[in-house]
Amino acid sequence: MVECRVVIVGAGPAGIRCAETLVAAGLRPTVIDEGRRDGGQIYRRQPENFTRSYDMLYGSEARRAEAIHGGFDALRGKIDYLPETLVWNIAERQLYAAAGTNQIMVPFDVLILCSGAVDRLMPVKGWNLAGTFSLGGAQIALKSQACAIGKQVVFMGTGALLYLVAAQYQKMGAHVAAVLDTSPWSLRLSALPKLLAQPSVLWSGVKLDLTLRLAGVPVYNGIDPLEIEGTADAGVQGVSFKDRNGEIRGVACDAVALGYHLRPETQLADLARCAFTFDPGTRQWLLQSDPDGRSSVAGVYLAGDGARIRGARAAEASGRLAAMAALHDLGHPQSAEIMAGLRRTLARWTRFAQGLAQAFPWPAQQAARLSDDTVVCRCEAVTAAELRRVVLETDAIEANRAKAFSRVGMGRCQGRYCGQAAAEVIAHAAHVPVEQVGRLRGQAPVKPLPVVIGEDAA
Amino acid sequence: MSGRFVRLSETNRSQLTIIVDGQPVRALEGDTLLVAMLGAGRYLRQSEFGDGQRAGFCLMGACQDCWVRTEDGARLRACSTVVREGMRISTRLPEATWSNAV
Repeated sequence: MVECRVVIVGAGPAGIRCAETLVAAGLRPTVIDEGRRDGGQIYRRQPENFTRSYDMLYGSEARRAEAIHGGFDALRGKIDYLPETLVWNIAERQLYAAAGTNQIMVPFDVLILCSGAVDRLMPVKGWNLAGTFSLGGAQIALKSQACAIGKQVVFMGTGALLYLVAAQYQKMGAHVAAVLDTSPWSLRLSALPKLLAQPSVLWSGVKLDLTLRLAGVPVYNGIDPLEIEGTADAGVQGVSFKDRNGEIRGVACDAVALGYHLRPETQLADLARCAFTFDPGTRQWLLQSDPDGRSSVAGVYLAGDGARIRGARAAEASGRLAAMAALHDLGHPQSAEIMAGLRRTLARWTRFAQGLAQAFPWPAQQAARLSDDTVVCRCEAVTAAELRRVVLETDAIEANRAKAFSRVGMGRCQGRYCGQAAAEVIAHAAHVPVEQVGRLRGQAPVKPLPVVIGEDAA
Repeated sequence: MSGRFVRLSETNRSQLTIIVDGQPVRALEGDTLLVAMLGAGRYLRQSEFGDGQRAGFCLMGACQDCWVRTEDGARLRACSTVVREGMRISTRLPEATWSNAV
């Protein structure tokens, strides 16, 4: 067989298990990762001179984190590993990557995208004030740098991660001023049959909630966020919200961790021309994929949260399965039994993820209620009023057209943090279903690049 | 006023000094630039769009809210830059100080 160039993008749990499977089959994949160290966001490694133990850093997931890092360390010398390297475009079976100011072209025959996820955000008035961080960002400050994002931290949004990060802050000695969850408790009960697909994970979640309440942290469910209060100079000074009885309450704080579950990073798959489908359960566009991770484009495979938000353990299984699918397609026979086992594992995580989406839904209705002066695009401080004006005056109901007229989604984050909420604002203003608004196209470069024009070395 | 971030542990690392807007700022080896700056101060930059100070948002290199500049004008993403002794950073926007006069 001709030497086959297999490239994995991302060195989180999916990318690492994928690389392991390929190496075990005798291949030498290239692993490109934007991070300085492997592990992805969930198993992010602290700097080398930090001393906290795995148990302290990763809690109940300590052994898994250790296994993932150990697994990757064992691959050194058997893979071509490019850390701190950003893949910023894909065209004609080549990856355009940048390491610092160096341009690297990486041709591929098989590409496995394990690009992970970022926080999914719904704007709230004042979320552009200094001191508001994404929930994932708040966790990174703690895990990777041993810092809290403020002296009094409010956790607002919804999802399992909200409780996890709040509990981690509490445990590490930070002051958690409140946990404000937009999802009412009743939804958790109705989601219980699906959540029971992973009883031990469900139990861990229940324990987190209890730990916080026993520690005296005010936990509110079914809230409606009103405003992150503060000033342009001082930043965040408090949060106001309606409790489930409609009573307006306030909490003083100097930092807010904000997040509504996760959103897959799909820009690279988009540039590789992979097809998307609208997922009504989470109200977002997801990449089309068969159960094993084959995208709509031959030779391009998808694994981990970048394909479907199912969490770290599912990412490991989907990374293995996508590698096996790729190997199978390359003519390496694979064990049907192992593949069937991985599919069963993934099916349980899919069901659990559906339960989480039902218990902690994306608060689409908030988009309709955003006050006109709420900033929707943090990058360029574009307000809800401006976006609504564009929709009403220019009839721009398609996401990319509305972006061109309003600049929402055109800023430096390229729509990562405003795109989905903006689609909801547009859909409500134009009285159309959100799927009709479509989705922001991925654009190269998928992240800003340094522009350095130098003399030819020759 | 004290810093925005609170260091909870790992404080026995070696110290180093960076220069922010001409003033020395104490940092610890292994800090990101964002952590060093927010450990000592309240913000990283001013929004170009007039809505006040910014202190970063995602900490994972996705939002680009934490851009700062070195004194010689290079742009850095503070959340994914590791501090080095003597690093010189400016939080002031070049755009705000550039003269429009020819």
